[in-house]
Amino acid sequence: MNLRKIILKELLERKKQFLTSFIAILLGIIVIVAVKSVSSSSEKAVAIQLDNLGANILVLPQTTTIDNYYAADINAPEMPEDYVERIAGSTIQGVDNMSPKLSARIKVEDYPFVLTGILPKNELASKPIWQTAGFTDPGLQVACNPNPIINRSRGYKDPKLQRMAIDSLGAYDCLAGSDVASKLSLKEGSGIKIKGTELKVARLLPQTGTVDDGRIFVHLHTAQKILGKGKVINAIEIMGCCSAISEGLLGNLRNILPDTKITTINHIVQTQVRTNKTMEKFSLIFLIIIILVGGISIGNYMWSNVEERKREIGSLLAIGASPGDIYYIFIGKALILGLTGGIAGYLLGSLAGMILGPQIAGVKVLPIPLLFIWAVVIAVGVSVAASYFPARKAAKLDPALILQEI
Amino acid sequence: MIKIENLSKIYNSKGNSVLALSEVSLSIEKGEFVSIVGPSGSGKTTLLLCMGGLIHPSRGKVTIEGTSIYDLDVKNRAIFRLRNLGFVFQTFNLIPYLTASENVQIPLALAGIFDGGQAERATELLEKLRLADRLDHKPRELSIGQQQRVAIARALANNPKIILADEPTGNLDPDMTRETVSYLKLLNQTGITVVMVTHNPGAAEYSQRTLRLVEGRLRG
Repeated sequence: MNLRKIILKELLERKKQFLTSFIAILLGIIVIVAVKSVSSSSEKAVAIQLDNLGANILVLPQTTTIDNYYAADINAPEMPEDYVERIAGSTIQGVDNMSPKLSARIKVEDYPFVLTGILPKNELASKPIWQTAGFTDPGLQVACNPNPIINRSRGYKDPKLQRMAIDSLGAYDCLAGSDVASKLSLKEGSGIKIKGTELKVARLLPQTGTVDDGRIFVHLHTAQKILGKGKVINAIEIMGCCSAISEGLLGNLRNILPDTKITTINHIVQTQVRTNKTMEKFSLIFLIIIILVGGISIGNYMWSNVEERKREIGSLLAIGASPGDIYYIFIGKALILGLTGGIAGYLLGSLAGMILGPQIAGVKVLPIPLLFIWAVVIAVGVSVAASYFPARKAAKLDPALILQEI
Repeated sequence: MIKIENLSKIYNSKGNSVLALSEVSLSIEKGEFVSIVGPSGSGKTTLLLCMGGLIHPSRGKVTIEGTSIYDLDVKNRAIFRLRNLGFVFQTFNLIPYLTASENVQIPLALAGIFDGGQAERATELLEKLRLADRLDHKPRELSIGQQQRVAIARALANNPKIILADEPTGNLDPDMTRETVSYLKLLNQTGITVVMVTHNPGAAEYSQRTLRLVEGRLRG
């Protein structure tokens, strides 16, 4: 016999009362874990989607439209190249990669193409599809870490921001999009003349199904020379962390470059981030509910338990139990309630997330081990906090008043 | 052994003061069997609980085996009770969800005697009280008399020097009353000091000395 055994025996004796509080805390934890699992998996899914899309933020001159940009209008407004340095030199968090571009429509052998000046390694880093096609530099690094799994799988070693442009594309080398290659019958090593400048095709790009297929990529500074422009660009494509975008990356960029137009390339970010934020809010609401409803339920249960066991407490004190022993009995009971509620809530919540995730958010949901700690900490915390005052009352009960049988 | 000096206890409730004990002084020697009798509300139980360190008196001093028990803090008073005193109550106050054996083991557990010694000691005591076949029965499965014997076994678990019994025969029929008091007498003959509060004159006859309490004062 020991105090722990007394706690367990009492729980088994009055299991119906225990079950009510247990269910209250269990349901709360199930909902929190399920919502959190789904929202977390959804965030990961967004991160993967964005990563596959490449850049997700566009910095354009103020007067440019998205259509101008995609059409590579020769008269499209330009902006200074040193805007790239301005972002790079800032303390903004969440800029994963920047690819400054200068694009213009050109004709080669009467075929209309788009000549695009790029800073090559930055460009490659922002285009996973190119990397998978064999363009990857193993030294490539990304800035933030929207999804550690993706970065690990890519072999990125250092999560630090690589802000500085790296120039490794030869001054007279070019990369030809798949449409360009097929129309001009280009092979690697072929020559191509653009506006009187002889270029060598260093690589043929794989088909992407995007406007890139009709582009000829050259070094940015070469493009500036061919097009007779100075140190200007007409776009900066930025790969930003999904979470950083939702936390105000666009606003921060606008502060640095007030005379530009900054927009996200896709709507997925906003829609999905909105969904994730809603789920986050739900998590918070359920957390408050569990604290209120679960806490009140457990508190009520403990108060009535103390009332019901007054005579027992008096007997134990008379026998020689100290107030600390009585305190231990009630807080120990709260610990059991919290632990069992937290563990069962985590297991059932994870299961609910796995079942509901594909239906609600269209994502595959796997159990998140970190949530186990949170579930147990919340359940135990609520249970112990709600039981503190009843336990204190029990420990301070006057045995004489309870035992007096006059 | 037990020395009570000028003990007074005033209960304050809802603005009213009730004098439960007034300037009670007495001395009980080691190995004595003392009965405290008196009408209802005369302060008998209050006096017993004061002796047991369960009610802090308004005035006065209770010394047991040379220790002024109300000079001890709450924790040490609990330890003192655990080592020196055994309580027997009118309504037994057994823990309803524990078996007879487990009820007897509680004081042993509180004293830090864990598995091994506990069960043997409980069995030994319950066998002596003719409850060998009721070790695993819960209080609700026992007769009133059996419950009182379990309560006595529990009081004896830690070999107390003093047994404080509050109306131990209050709920018992005459046969069981005789049996219970006889057992207390038997314990007294082994050297244990017994102080019994009772309103049953027949039970009081078993004691060596009877103290009469009327309106919180000792008479006669």
